[in-house]
Amino acid sequence: MAILEVKGLGISFGGLKVVDDFSVTIEKGQLYGLIGPNGAGKTTVFNLLTGVYKPDVGTIRLDGQNITGKKTIEINQAGIARTFQNIRLFKELSVLDNVKAGLHNHYVYSTVEGILRLPRYRKMERAMDERAMELLSVFDLDGERDFKASNLPYGKQRKLEIARALATEPKLLLLDEPAAGMNPNETAELMETIRFVRDHFDMTILLIEHDMKLVSGICEKITVLNFGQVLTQGNTTDVLNDRRVITAYLGE
Amino acid sequence: MKMNQKRKVFIQNLITYAIVIGCWIIIQIMIQTGNISSLLKGLLVPLCTYAILAVSLNLTVGILGELSLGHAGFMCVGAFSGAFFTNVAANVIPGTGLRLFFALLIGAAVAGIFGLLIGIPVLRLKGDYLAIVTLAFGEIIKNLINTLYVGVDAAGLHFSIKDTTSLGLDETGVVIIKGPQGITGTPKAATFTVGVIVLLITVFVVLNLINSRSGRAIMAIRDNRIAAESIGINVTKFKLMAFAISASLAGAAGVLYAHNLSSLAATTNNFGYNKSITILVFVVLGGLGNVRGSIIAAVILTLLPELLRGLNDYRMLIYAIVLIVMMIFNSSPKAIEMRAVLRERFKKKSKEAA
Repeated sequence: MAILEVKGLGISFGGLKVVDDFSVTIEKGQLYGLIGPNGAGKTTVFNLLTGVYKPDVGTIRLDGQNITGKKTIEINQAGIARTFQNIRLFKELSVLDNVKAGLHNHYVYSTVEGILRLPRYRKMERAMDERAMELLSVFDLDGERDFKASNLPYGKQRKLEIARALATEPKLLLLDEPAAGMNPNETAELMETIRFVRDHFDMTILLIEHDMKLVSGICEKITVLNFGQVLTQGNTTDVLNDRRVITAYLGE
Repeated sequence: MKMNQKRKVFIQNLITYAIVIGCWIIIQIMIQTGNISSLLKGLLVPLCTYAILAVSLNLTVGILGELSLGHAGFMCVGAFSGAFFTNVAANVIPGTGLRLFFALLIGAAVAGIFGLLIGIPVLRLKGDYLAIVTLAFGEIIKNLINTLYVGVDAAGLHFSIKDTTSLGLDETGVVIIKGPQGITGTPKAATFTVGVIVLLITVFVVLNLINSRSGRAIMAIRDNRIAAESIGINVTKFKLMAFAISASLAGAAGVLYAHNLSSLAATTNNFGYNKSITILVFVVLGGLGNVRGSIIAAVILTLLPELLRGLNDYRMLIYAIVLIVMMIFNSSPKAIEMRAVLRERFKKKSKEAA
């Protein structure tokens, strides 16, 4: 069953077709890679999928539901969560509060209930704490729960961002260059984490990555973008051995 | 599972309440024993007013992270709507205390509505632009009220922005808001105790808001708007909420202010941008997002120029020096280091003593 079905997606900025006729189908539970040289339009695809940009043409269906042109908040509620290429944590909030912010739409009580500390506030906050700690312990962050998010080491910040995204209970998780700036050890650990997230949360994951070791190590299928267009897509080994892909990356 | 952070926040909040209540008790004792100068006595209600203003502005500047320079405008709205109610309802509700209670509610509500209405266009802007536009709105409110005439007679309310005669009142009519002359004859119902109660409520609202789901959403927006949107937080809603709550608390402060003056006019001195800047200074010096700091800064910086009156010309010089010293003490890395060392030493000593 396809979780994400994208057909003929396109957007132009001032006459330049940044993404053109982009189509992809991702099955439930798949680990899917989106690769391509710098400026190929990978992050723009993410921004289109999450409603940061509205597509000029094309449709996006998530789990059968048409989410084309919806707002970021609605798309998140429909079930897409993401991380960012340049980490975007809530820096001044604690690690725990970062995850609790992600639980925002799942443990609801009103502002008045919060200010007056009514029973529902206590009940919901306790449930939030428990759920957030569960998520943090999955990523081995429970020891740092009271740290300010900006005081975490880089690798852990990446993990916290994934934990926060997962807190919104998505159907599809988008990771934008999760291994950027990591050393080989950290990358190896991250690969474990991503695989673990897929298995443990029964998650479907679409990731952008430049690290070919990571991509070939964990992705089952790949789409290659070049100049905003799909160059090729298919099984990882086939795609990575494709002559055109090597040319696109390394030149003739 | 340790509840470390939660307990810490709880204790910190308790200390804040304790400081306010402690000050109230000390002042009460001073009043009872007659050990209070008339100067200080006259300052008690303004001190509460400024502390409330500082705490409420901290919600916009420190928690929401948007620089607002129009806080005195909301105070002005609250002051006039509250004082207006007190004068209109003089015959309906004879008790001044009860009237003040309703006036506070009305002042807060009207200022909150203004906050919401102004927030809708203003919060689309960011940073410097937002600051300038809030500054403009604050001035617009003040100047509008300055030209406003409102009277009441058997037929109901009459509004005009020309003069008293164009209100067209019948012979039973009374003019309540008289343009540049403002409102006169408001009973001085605001006492220190009422002021402290309103301050405690303000602190309660702001602290509990910060430590709740909505507060987390507001701070998430402050730290990273794009990320907040990506996890499904309604940015517009929570920004407006913070702005409106901040405005309505400023309105309540305005009502107190109005009920401490027998004649209230929308002058630059009362509600001009200088006032907004002064409140902002309290907030910045007290520490962004630090409620207790806002109260302490407001009290020190309101008392200081008054206590230094005897020094005449040197008054503002000393005020400026204190401002600079406070700024260094609060934010210079060296000073923060020194404070940490002192705290450690203090802890050790108290442990040895125990």
